[in-house]
Amino acid sequence: MTTATSASGSAATATLNNEEVLRYSRHLIMPEVGMEGQLKLKAAKVLCIGAGGLGSPLALYLAAAGVGTLGMVDFDVVDYSNLQRQILHHTPDVGRKKLDSAGDKLLAMNPFLHLKKYDTMLTSANALDLFKEYDIVADGTDNFATRYLVNDACVLSGKPNVYASIFRFEGQASVFGTKDGPCYRCLYPEPPPPGLVPSCAEGGVLGILPGLLGVIQATEVIKLILNGETKDSLIGRLLLVDAFAMKFRELKLRKNSECPVCGTHPTVTGLIDYNEFCGIRGEEKPMSALVGGMPEMEVTELKRRVDAKEDLFVLDVREPHEYQICNLHGHLIPLGEIEKRAGELDPAREMVVHCKAGVRSAKAIAALQQLGFTGKLHNLKGGIMAWADQVDPTMPKY
Amino acid sequence: MTITLNGESREIPQTLTLANLVDSLGMKPDRVAIERNRKLAPRTTWAEVTLQPGDQLELVHFVGGGSQ
Repeated sequence: MTTATSASGSAATATLNNEEVLRYSRHLIMPEVGMEGQLKLKAAKVLCIGAGGLGSPLALYLAAAGVGTLGMVDFDVVDYSNLQRQILHHTPDVGRKKLDSAGDKLLAMNPFLHLKKYDTMLTSANALDLFKEYDIVADGTDNFATRYLVNDACVLSGKPNVYASIFRFEGQASVFGTKDGPCYRCLYPEPPPPGLVPSCAEGGVLGILPGLLGVIQATEVIKLILNGETKDSLIGRLLLVDAFAMKFRELKLRKNSECPVCGTHPTVTGLIDYNEFCGIRGEEKPMSALVGGMPEMEVTELKRRVDAKEDLFVLDVREPHEYQICNLHGHLIPLGEIEKRAGELDPAREMVVHCKAGVRSAKAIAALQQLGFTGKLHNLKGGIMAWADQVDPTMPKY
Repeated sequence: MTITLNGESREIPQTLTLANLVDSLGMKPDRVAIERNRKLAPRTTWAEVTLQPGDQLELVHFVGGGSQ
């Protein structure tokens, strides 16, 4: 059997067998990749944070391209609502660990892949140890606490952070944390106020959007492996994708010498408590205090009172498109319009207020109490999703 | 005077600061970053920086979603 060997570089010990040569032949005949590049890909170790929307196309293309070692960090299980965009997972995978589902597809696509599965949440306690094993980290997390954690851990361990994030029709991508380039904190030194930048779970996302952005991430990972940190990579540029208008803009980013983690006098020299940094505890406190002082009603109690035809007004504070999916025939006033439209309501009447899961309705009740509503206001515990779980199993969940 | 905002030209009053601009666009300062003439303008300077004719501004806001 003939084997091809690289001429030089760190990949010198790796070789490709005939099957691999055939598999990667469209790379091997490209001057930008060639045998040397393909051996670099084989020697490369890439860590994907998340096996979901961004992680799916990212891991699939990296595996197909011949990246030798792929680590995946995820602790979630596949849900029906993931299937619209998380293309690593198929309908029969619902209920399985995402890592197991992902592993089957990736190894079926490329049995030469060395896949390492980490069934854990990424935390300040494990991030640096995990990152140590890899050359490049690709961040597709869905919350700000983990984003700042990935950023800081990349800077502290000297690993490039190939970043993307998505919302509805828009996305952003960049390469952070390289030796001379900026990091996520150079762009956004402080996290946004907790709860005010909606996630995909709250605001939705177009199914193909993580595909678009995940493939951009995969492209940047491959380029870093082949060429290192060159001016052609997304280092120092934030790519802004508007899929609705199909427009791409970019922002030039510079390393901030005063950056608390990558600046000349860093104040963050180890990983911190990112939940606290992102104000997650600060957000939970007032909300639980709010709910604590507020009468809650179980969905079963609401069902009993509705069946008994008791005088109880049902107020739904979700968005109109959510109402179309399922509703309890309540009066619809979205939370954002509650103050403006409070005149539609009888301030002395007993009311049960609901949303999808109970958070927006608590805010609505607080707002109505501020406006001087005197009637008893109940927050429907668990929202309409609890109704779908406990009262009406035919109701669609979203 | 005319500035360029996110690639499109826009008429603004003479004496607008970056802080005024963010406010007039109805955006929340703690959720955006601004690039002025290809340089990131730190939030701490927004109240002092007065826009000049021909300024090129790019406004970007936090996008949170990802994988799960």
